[in-house]
Amino acid sequence: MSAITRKQTINHRPLGKDELSINIVGILLIGLFALICVLPFYLIIIASFTAETSLIRNGYPLLPNLADFSLDSYKLSLKNPVAILTSYGVTIGVTALGTFCAVLLSTMTGYVLSRKDFPWRNKFSFFYFFTTLFNGGLVPWYLLCVRYLNFKNSIAGLLLPLMFSVWNMIIAKSFMLGLPMEITESAKIDGANDLVIFVKLILPLSKPLIATLALFSALAYWNDWYNCMLYITNENLFTLQYYLQRILGSAEAMRIVAEKSGIALPSIPIESMKMSMTVIATGPIVLLYPFVQRYFVKGLTIGAVKG
Amino acid sequence: MEKNQKVQTKLPFGKVIRRHWLLLLMLLPSLLYVIIFSYLPMTGIVLAFKQYNYNGGIYFSPWNGLTNFKALMISGKLGMVTRNTLLYNIGFIFLGVIFEMGSAILINELISKVFKKVSQSLMFLPYFISWVVAGAIMYNIFNYEKGVFNHVLVMLGASPFDLYNTPGAWPFVIIALKLWKQTGYGSVVYLAAITGLDQEMFEAASIDGASAWQKIRYLTIPSLIPTMMILVLLGIGNIFRGDFGLFYQTVRSSALLQPATDIIDTYVFRLLIDNGNIGVSAAASLYQSVLCFVTITIANKLVKKANPDYALY
Repeated sequence: MSAITRKQTINHRPLGKDELSINIVGILLIGLFALICVLPFYLIIIASFTAETSLIRNGYPLLPNLADFSLDSYKLSLKNPVAILTSYGVTIGVTALGTFCAVLLSTMTGYVLSRKDFPWRNKFSFFYFFTTLFNGGLVPWYLLCVRYLNFKNSIAGLLLPLMFSVWNMIIAKSFMLGLPMEITESAKIDGANDLVIFVKLILPLSKPLIATLALFSALAYWNDWYNCMLYITNENLFTLQYYLQRILGSAEAMRIVAEKSGIALPSIPIESMKMSMTVIATGPIVLLYPFVQRYFVKGLTIGAVKG
Repeated sequence: MEKNQKVQTKLPFGKVIRRHWLLLLMLLPSLLYVIIFSYLPMTGIVLAFKQYNYNGGIYFSPWNGLTNFKALMISGKLGMVTRNTLLYNIGFIFLGVIFEMGSAILINELISKVFKKVSQSLMFLPYFISWVVAGAIMYNIFNYEKGVFNHVLVMLGASPFDLYNTPGAWPFVIIALKLWKQTGYGSVVYLAAITGLDQEMFEAASIDGASAWQKIRYLTIPSLIPTMMILVLLGIGNIFRGDFGLFYQTVRSSALLQPATDIIDTYVFRLLIDNGNIGVSAAASLYQSVLCFVTITIANKLVKKANPDYALY
């Protein structure tokens, strides 16, 4: 019913010449850009389903060709999937645990710093914010992690570097500044302590924020190859993206695949495997987006970017 | 911020701790985190003035004055990587504003809800991938023998193009790749700002006979200036800090491309990881941190003078 009336009002509203021209320009430009955004994904997917012989003869295809359709690269990836499954396990575990801790840390800190009755909140805010203005740089940080915190071949090396971001904390803080102060005040009068107020009252009201921060953190963890490259040499702790990075360097890839599958080097469909590994490594995180999309704009307002 | 502080009645130290001990306890984990991972490494900048050895570590290696900085100067690369970092970031900031703000404004004007939603979702896709995957995409498209780009060129009768042997083309490719990956996300920030604008203002303008283009020109764009200023200021604060993954995963270790694609971050990384030259890389990374700090401080001061509302802090 409401859908019909809405449609009718749109039809009845006369569309001005200016609005029409804007819509034409908009559909053309935005449509073109959106197409450019998906095109590479399409190219990668069809290449991953193309037979190796065709890839070597003709290069990566622009259009799918049924005659060259092949599942070989996926079959090989799944036939002896120890390496892929291991790195999937590492990535999922690190992403889940890391995201949970990251969201908890940034919302908890953001809440304390949003409390107007907390006298030191400005001083602490600047203490956090200053780290975005100045930092010691890569070298001392790397030495600290390797020499004093023993991150080499440790899960901590994958978890800790991404666990707290001052920007996410600032987003949390400004979201919580927008929540009514009376919630905290009346709960305090009822005798609830700060931690209870935070967990039982503030967090349930912060769903858009939590969704947004969880998305940011999950993306950072899922897509992490950098920390893995710096700290991990043990193949059982490789993250998916780092595993993919190794596959993309051909010589290395052949060695890994041959070792894991026991197949002779020349018969490995290396070019199509590069593409199917890319699909396998990307897949799940892209599927996350629709679930958080509706919260996204609400959780992320520009006031948020400001210290 | 500072004004509020002065208005507040000062409570004695002990009283604050007694009254707010639980809040302080809630702050403790992230406070420890920032101290360990941000403030402690800051003390490590002394490495730039030391001859690092394993036994001495960060704090007990012998001092060597400015030797590391001299070595950095002699290498002759510092000017090049600084210039590259700066120029790439200027390109990212300038074109980023145009692409992000432009697409946000256009998306906001679109009448078809379905087109709006679908195109926005598609534009968001590249934001979700890692630079490793972006590297795989580059390989798929620009590989000399197998790439789709050359496929199309040959089909059109042109001769194939070897990107990996053409340093001059890289600035365009890198900037295009960055815009491809960031625009979807950036436009959401502007769109959020547009939805927060006062709708009555637009209705009043319509009643006064303003066309849709005029409303964009005289209402939407000026109202987005504060958002733009903050984002540009953030960009300027990091103008000497490059996107390491973008350069590392697409350029890889090609010496031929270095003059066009080497940035401070990749340079420091190579010095540290590949050459193991800790003193010199610490000097280069201190140089970068100081440059960043000075630029953001000056930029913020200037903006604050012009209009305090736009300042970052």
